[in-house]
Amino acid sequence: MAMTATAGRAHADPHHIGVVIEHPGPAPKRTVTAYGFWVFLLSDIVMFSCFFAAYAVLSGQTAGGPKGSEIFEQRNVAIETVCLLLSSFTCGMASIAADVRNRFWFYLGMTVTCVLGLIFLVIEFREFSDLVARGYGPSRSAFLSSFFSLVGCHGLHVSAGILWLLTMMAQVFAKGFRADVLRRMMCFALFWHALDIVWVGVFSVVYLLGSGV
Amino acid sequence: MSDQAHTRTEHDIAPGDEEQHSVAERVIGYVVGLGLALLLTATSFFIAGTDLVWQPSIPVALIVLAIAQMGVHLVFFLHITTGPDNTNNVLALAFGLMVVFLVVGGTVWIMGHLNANMPPMDQIMKTRM
Repeated sequence: MAMTATAGRAHADPHHIGVVIEHPGPAPKRTVTAYGFWVFLLSDIVMFSCFFAAYAVLSGQTAGGPKGSEIFEQRNVAIETVCLLLSSFTCGMASIAADVRNRFWFYLGMTVTCVLGLIFLVIEFREFSDLVARGYGPSRSAFLSSFFSLVGCHGLHVSAGILWLLTMMAQVFAKGFRADVLRRMMCFALFWHALDIVWVGVFSVVYLLGSGV
Repeated sequence: MSDQAHTRTEHDIAPGDEEQHSVAERVIGYVVGLGLALLLTATSFFIAGTDLVWQPSIPVALIVLAIAQMGVHLVFFLHITTGPDNTNNVLALAFGLMVVFLVVGGTVWIMGHLNANMPPMDQIMKTRM
């Protein structure tokens, strides 16, 4: 039992419990980077949960203004949802292409992801500007304030994601599939998929549940 | 120090990384995830607009479908699995989920009872006068 820990490997069994664990040392940089980014994403989701909580509390406080069922257009939301879902898929294709260092499929996947993200943003921007033009801006009621801050915060994340996406394409173009570029690409893919998860919450809670209010 | 992009240790893999699979297997994983997510999305939109089901069940159904779809995204797109190499990722996720449920559930719970426990607004205004 304890004899298995020979003098040369004593460091592998510091408490002399007879079980030798070969410590592999620090994890590879790819694991550490992605794990740190994963923790950031979770904290980002915690931040979104505060906006969700505010919306859940305030969704009925319309102050004489419009209710959710009067301003939400399900068809637009369905198009937005499909756009984000497909972009998540193409983003996955691009990250596979990056892993096997295939430039053509990487650029194609990222371009499609970018276009789908832009379509999403255009639809959302038109929805917002239409609401503001009808006098239903964020200052109209507590419901609209929480609606604009929650959906707008997600839209800002998508905008930042598209800027990051273009940066990744430029970095692969200029530097190739270096290890550090691949790590950034991995973090970007995590970010983009996490945005889609948040959007699942948005369309379910805000648009579909909100239409019933 | 240039590290290999594909080094995997025996114990941990990064969130988003998969265990060694061929390209075809990875693509199939994403296709399955996309199909499931589209199915759940379509069900959500169908249920929200239909009068075929018992109306009070719709909010619960929407929430269940949303949680299911988030699970599909986590497994097929973010590759968060229950494997032993994923323990750290799952623990971080579990902690994040706990905070999310405390924030959302606690807010809804407290604010839902706050109005009932308050005296009517006109009485407050009278006592202040």
